[in-house]
Amino acid sequence: MSKRLEGKVALITGGTTGIGAATVARLTQEGAKVWFTGSKEEAATALCAETGAVFRKLRVQDAAGWPGLIDEIIVAEGRLDIVFANAGTESGDASIEDVSIEGWDNVVAVNQTGVMLTVQAAIRGMKRNPDGPKGSIIINSSMNATRPLGNYVTYSVTKAAVCALAKSAAVHCGQQGYAIRVNAILPGVVETPLIQQIMNAQPDPAAARAIYEGMAPLKRMAQLNEVAGLVAYLSSDEAGFISGAEYAIDGATTAGMMGV
Amino acid sequence: MELLAQRLKGRVAFISGGLRGIGLACATRFLAEGAEVVLSDLDAEDSDTAREVMGKLGQAASYISANVAKEEDWERAVALVKERHGKCHVLVNNAGIDLTGPVESLSMEGWRRIMSINVDGVFLGTKHFVPLMAESGKDFRGGASIINVSSIMGLVGMNEVSAYNASKGAVRLFTKGIAIEFCQKKTPIRANSLHPGFVETPLLKAGFQRWVDQGFAEKPDDLVAGVVGATPIGRLAQPEELASAAFFLASEDSSYMTGAELVIDGGWTAQ
Repeated sequence: MSKRLEGKVALITGGTTGIGAATVARLTQEGAKVWFTGSKEEAATALCAETGAVFRKLRVQDAAGWPGLIDEIIVAEGRLDIVFANAGTESGDASIEDVSIEGWDNVVAVNQTGVMLTVQAAIRGMKRNPDGPKGSIIINSSMNATRPLGNYVTYSVTKAAVCALAKSAAVHCGQQGYAIRVNAILPGVVETPLIQQIMNAQPDPAAARAIYEGMAPLKRMAQLNEVAGLVAYLSSDEAGFISGAEYAIDGATTAGMMGV
Repeated sequence: MELLAQRLKGRVAFISGGLRGIGLACATRFLAEGAEVVLSDLDAEDSDTAREVMGKLGQAASYISANVAKEEDWERAVALVKERHGKCHVLVNNAGIDLTGPVESLSMEGWRRIMSINVDGVFLGTKHFVPLMAESGKDFRGGASIINVSSIMGLVGMNEVSAYNASKGAVRLFTKGIAIEFCQKKTPIRANSLHPGFVETPLLKAGFQRWVDQGFAEKPDDLVAGVVGATPIGRLAQPEELASAAFFLASEDSSYMTGAELVIDGGWTAQ
């Protein structure tokens, strides 16, 4: 067995950095033709050169932008098999006492409305596949869906919301007789460039790293390629009976009490 | 990086309940990925079934007749794996039975039997393989992997399935407990549970036949149709679809996953 995703076409939102970029690379390695969206054009250019993937600038919360992107993919590639709804933000978020309506609206727009629009567009695109409606949709939620953070109320709420969205969409697709699967992944703390930046900006970066590593019983952060490996598995036909599920990838963080 | 070609090369796996259903599918898949595999089941070593299955699986597989509910059988199993391979990287605690019926009609004997196989079996397998796996886990990134086969019945209740529900619920939390314990002690073993929905296995067929015998339906196919109708994906799972999840958990790709529960149910519990 090799190249599990040969002949498949994938779309990844928020693909320019972090988990998204690692998934662009991994799905390409497994043989998929990958398209991705994001906001960091410079990073996107480098990733395209490295992987042969195609970049399109799109804000996931921009409802009007979706039909055009899906059309373009279907025209160019003839099909759409995999969509990873990965784009997310915590910009403007705060605790329930402190969050501004602008901050709340911004996070809800990207993390919740954006994911809804991504899944909706994905299903509409996958229905146009020449061999009938089929495909795999993966939503990047978070362990904070089940263990909310006090200082990030909107992030926590939207990550929980998209788990219900995944299940509702999965049940709908089943009821309609589509071979379209929808699942959510719930990563713990992942060593993304963003987290590295935060750690390095602290007075004592080593101490900050120790705190993040200590959060998971496994005593380390997840690496980007470990999350990409789970996405690749759920994307593949090997996961053909998995739909409506939530897969934790958190080094046992939510198996017990946080921080033990 | 060579992806997906024989990704379990150099690994040794032990699978209980390996002669049929999900266990057999796991054995077949692990072998195809380059692993060496030892299976256990209740059938005698010279039984027709054991001979036939082992003939098909080939040289990299071996078999031991063992009862998962008996501690001395696990001691024999570990001794065999040590002697033959010296290592164990993957343990699939798969052997299980079912028991259905109104709670007031269940016998103490029946209750004890399902607990002894579905729960004691998982505990004993873990207990006896951990020392060997703790050593072998140093061989690969992501360490050794214990895969406990629970069920969607370990997540949600069902009419007249209380004993099976209880046994599979125990497997779910036992798995989380050992996952955290291994982390705390820096033992290089990950532990996760699988939660299959309705899978086309001999166990399911036997269970449906029993329901037919008890007058719940006219024929097994009616029960299959009922289950399929209640499954969003609209079909039963094939054992191979569980084996691919077990393979994922056995491989380095799942190196950050421990204490997790992998539901493979075609959307059944999403409703």
